[in-house]
Amino acid sequence: MNTRVRRLRDRSLASRPSISAERALLLTDFYRREEGKHPVPVLRALAFQYLCAHKTIHLGDDELIVGERGPAPLVVPTFPELTCHSTEDLRILDAREKTSYAVDESVIAAYEETVIPFWRGRSIRDRAFPSLPNEWHAAYAAGVFTEFMEQRAPGHTVADDKFVRKGLLDLQAEIDVVLAGLDPAAPDSPARRDQLTAMRIAADATMLFARRHAERAQELAAACDDPSRRVELETIAAVCTRVPAHRPETFREALQAYWFHHLGVVTELNGWDAFSPGHLDQHLGPFYARELAAGTLNRDRAKELLECFWVKFNNHPAPPKVGVTAQESGTYTDFANINLGGLTPDGRDASNEVSLLLLEVIDEMHILQPSNNVQISTETSDRFLQAAAGVIRKGYGFPSVFNADAVVKELMRQGKSLTDARAGGNSGCVETGAFGKEAYVLTGYFNLAKLLELVLHDGRDPRTGEQLGPPTGDPRDFESMDQVLRAWEGQLEHFIGIKVAGNAILETTFAEHAPAPYLSLLIDDCIAKGGDYNAGGARYNTSYIQGVGTGTLTDSLAALDHLVFATGRVGMGALLDAMAADFAGAEPLRQLLVNKPPKYGNDDDRADRFMQHIFGAFFRCVDGRPNGRGGTVHVNMLPTTCHVYFGSVIGATPDGRRAHQPLSEGISPVQGADRKGPTAVLQSAAKMDHVKTGGTLLNLKFSPQVLEGEAGLDRMAGLVRGYFAQDGHHVQFNVVTADTLHRAQDAPEQHRHLIVRVAGYSDYFCDLSRELQDEIIARTEHAGF
Amino acid sequence: MSTATVFNIQRFSLHDGPGIRTTVFLKGCPLRCSWCHNPESWDYRPQLALLADRCLGCEACTPVCDQGAAGPLDVPAAADCVSCGDCADACPTGARDLLGRTWSADELLAEILRDQVYFGTTGGGVTFSGGEPLSGANASLVLECLAELRRRGVKTAVDTCGHVDTDLLLDAASLTDLVLFDLKLMDAAEHRRRCGMGNGRIHENLRLLVRTGGRIQVRLPLIPGLTDTPANLEATAAFVADFPQQPEIQLLPYHTTGADKYDRLGLVYELIGTAAPHPEDLERAVRTFTDRGLAVTCGG
Repeated sequence: MNTRVRRLRDRSLASRPSISAERALLLTDFYRREEGKHPVPVLRALAFQYLCAHKTIHLGDDELIVGERGPAPLVVPTFPELTCHSTEDLRILDAREKTSYAVDESVIAAYEETVIPFWRGRSIRDRAFPSLPNEWHAAYAAGVFTEFMEQRAPGHTVADDKFVRKGLLDLQAEIDVVLAGLDPAAPDSPARRDQLTAMRIAADATMLFARRHAERAQELAAACDDPSRRVELETIAAVCTRVPAHRPETFREALQAYWFHHLGVVTELNGWDAFSPGHLDQHLGPFYARELAAGTLNRDRAKELLECFWVKFNNHPAPPKVGVTAQESGTYTDFANINLGGLTPDGRDASNEVSLLLLEVIDEMHILQPSNNVQISTETSDRFLQAAAGVIRKGYGFPSVFNADAVVKELMRQGKSLTDARAGGNSGCVETGAFGKEAYVLTGYFNLAKLLELVLHDGRDPRTGEQLGPPTGDPRDFESMDQVLRAWEGQLEHFIGIKVAGNAILETTFAEHAPAPYLSLLIDDCIAKGGDYNAGGARYNTSYIQGVGTGTLTDSLAALDHLVFATGRVGMGALLDAMAADFAGAEPLRQLLVNKPPKYGNDDDRADRFMQHIFGAFFRCVDGRPNGRGGTVHVNMLPTTCHVYFGSVIGATPDGRRAHQPLSEGISPVQGADRKGPTAVLQSAAKMDHVKTGGTLLNLKFSPQVLEGEAGLDRMAGLVRGYFAQDGHHVQFNVVTADTLHRAQDAPEQHRHLIVRVAGYSDYFCDLSRELQDEIIARTEHAGF
Repeated sequence: MSTATVFNIQRFSLHDGPGIRTTVFLKGCPLRCSWCHNPESWDYRPQLALLADRCLGCEACTPVCDQGAAGPLDVPAAADCVSCGDCADACPTGARDLLGRTWSADELLAEILRDQVYFGTTGGGVTFSGGEPLSGANASLVLECLAELRRRGVKTAVDTCGHVDTDLLLDAASLTDLVLFDLKLMDAAEHRRRCGMGNGRIHENLRLLVRTGGRIQVRLPLIPGLTDTPANLEATAAFVADFPQQPEIQLLPYHTTGADKYDRLGLVYELIGTAAPHPEDLERAVRTFTDRGLAVTCGG
């Protein structure tokens, strides 16, 4: 990287994230004056416009791509209309050991005097929570599931190529056509008119925001003594004058246009996973080829622009999360995830020169954000896969690796067209989406292992003694595994019902009180339908429930089957008593549970069939249920950091796991239970029918020697190709030794920049909780034999 | 249907031939090399390994042993173990571990084909090792598997100590894609002293094997002070260089990871205190072969 990029990168790494009350105060000011005077979508659009008109414009030294979410890099706005932090929350954010945010006393004062008095009781969380039934609250408190929509908005979505094909003025023209065609007699026309009007205002708002950057750049240019920087600032002004109002004409304009769309989406609301340009290499490829041929761009200049763009993502730590949401997603990462490779519309290898350039950017920058991934199809060239493997083995945990062919199958199984499926990809951790056409909303993690604990206590939660689930029988009377599995399915049916009903309440609350007119502009067919992203306006409207604890539950069932029912070696009563005592005085029994039964992750069908059973039951229970936005619910299998939280609410389990220890993550085996090497892990995981999911998450940890040299690249590529030939959805490689991680625990100040794979995203090892650090160390490290 | 005793099936094996491989370790060997890192491969029968540090002293093994030989590992056993494995079944921690069980060709094929997809994506395959895959009951099982794997298009390798029946070796060579052939000590008396048998048959077999024209990799373990002496390296290089078609050479530096296994089996490890070779010794060893124009790799 050149010196400019190095300075930008250093600044992005040096600062500690802090909280700004600017957005909260502007929003409160606006709502105080305007609420009740406009239909809600228009109110939201006007609020967004107010923010764009008044928020601080930051244009930093050295920057070529401009615009910040907060008043400065790493200064994070809040969204009191979604969840209104208490002053205690703010003090905790400032003081907590991990993922802390500096909170100035002035912010606390602003919250105390202005923000809290207005928003308490009016935020989405405060509106929705009282209408959720007691059984929902009980299950939520017990850790049966989490709720994604309690602190952040439904988002998760990704841009398609619209931002290079159209400017906001083009989108406004489309809106005008739809507005002109509205049937005045149709009963839904007023609502559609309001929505379309709101979207039109939201487009104006972002254009205004861009114009303010152009003006600021002109001012700075006028005052600039350095002639070369003056030219740069004038160019920034010219670019911000053209985009995003007009369709971008150059590589640079395309990047800046996307960035303004990004800022619009993340300023309007605090949607999960921020926003993402999706297939960035495909979008930029034609610009790059054209400008290189014309001599108006060269490779180094393109890379510099991409690296300036990269830093912008890293300047945006996720807005602060508290409580359960902080536990399920304990990271600064905001999950924008850029896709490389994948398929062209006609199903060919889409990787191009920009893909390879981006791999260099990822390698040189190696910063937390944006997340990035490669989409590998049978069509993908070995050259691209090997180049990606070369970056992966450096140990940053990215790019992660996705199966582009499985992604297409997953989307088509859910009813998307082939064209939309091929333009799709992955966002967040591992989530599959039809980019630019789908509102796919993750609704919460679901604790598959907790349900077994309930089964083993006849529906009671041993943590509280409360009858949490339906009584499914005294396990001491069970005579077969079938009874265990049926009881587990009974608990599943019960709690999925509660979860899906709760989702509908939250979805409705968002649709009514927090429409997203700006995001709706960018997602088909919101304009054509005159509908909002949060209210079923997208072409596809999907909700996901993410299953967690697959490995722990599978091994627990295999242990019950093997030791209690098949061999009769352990009595159910004795096992339950030992688990209740967290195996105190029963170490031989615990060792038996750890060592004798078959374990998931060893390609052992005696264990893997239980994984297939619980996955099948989870899928049948969830898939195809209607959601609150006219779409359907599907399953995902990923945890972020939730396996640690979910483990903390479960006592000892029949696989020999001690009470409150983390569960297995994603669809990875229980930490240390996989003893037959990485191919056995892949073969176990491949027994899941990935095509029925919207994403599965598998982590493999390797010692660096395994991936050394050309042979190491071939191995990694071979593992990926083999797993993907069986429809495996995703695999990610951690290439770091336990020694290094132990050293980082002992001397964090010397390992601040050590990045590791967590689960679907990478993070600074030293920013992780001690429990999560230990969990990552405990994962099996595959060596060669 | 052939059967034999297998003590390990190692998937993701990276050092016994190209690509990602599954290596089948057969139990039983005619040699007794003092540096062997798989002493559990010597005896053709299953045998009990004792891992004292895993023993909880729970006495789960005691009542199941008909010989009265099982008990906590901090005291010596009172009677003879017949390696029935009942105590290993009873042991919760694996402190008592029965090494080796009988496999039929069908069972073994089903197991080793589990990674077939990765053999295909990396040019890997299956390696038969041991122990000695071509001696005793092992040979017929291995030959049956080699034939079937070839029929299925799976690449194979056979890792032999060379001290085997010549016809069996040539049969195996005709069914496999790569023979890994071990040479240790060129001096016959020294070979007999360190490996338990002379090296005449081994050398003759290698001569005949080279004539088949199949792919051969000669593997030489570099044991400090034993096989890595200038005289032995020189003699080995001269021996190999003399062949009309020269096989590839792979040097395998000594490592101490096998030492614990001797304790577990109640065997005495003669090489206690021997350290891994110095890098300069490895370089010298490599040079001995490259000086004669031989293709050599080191490590594995």
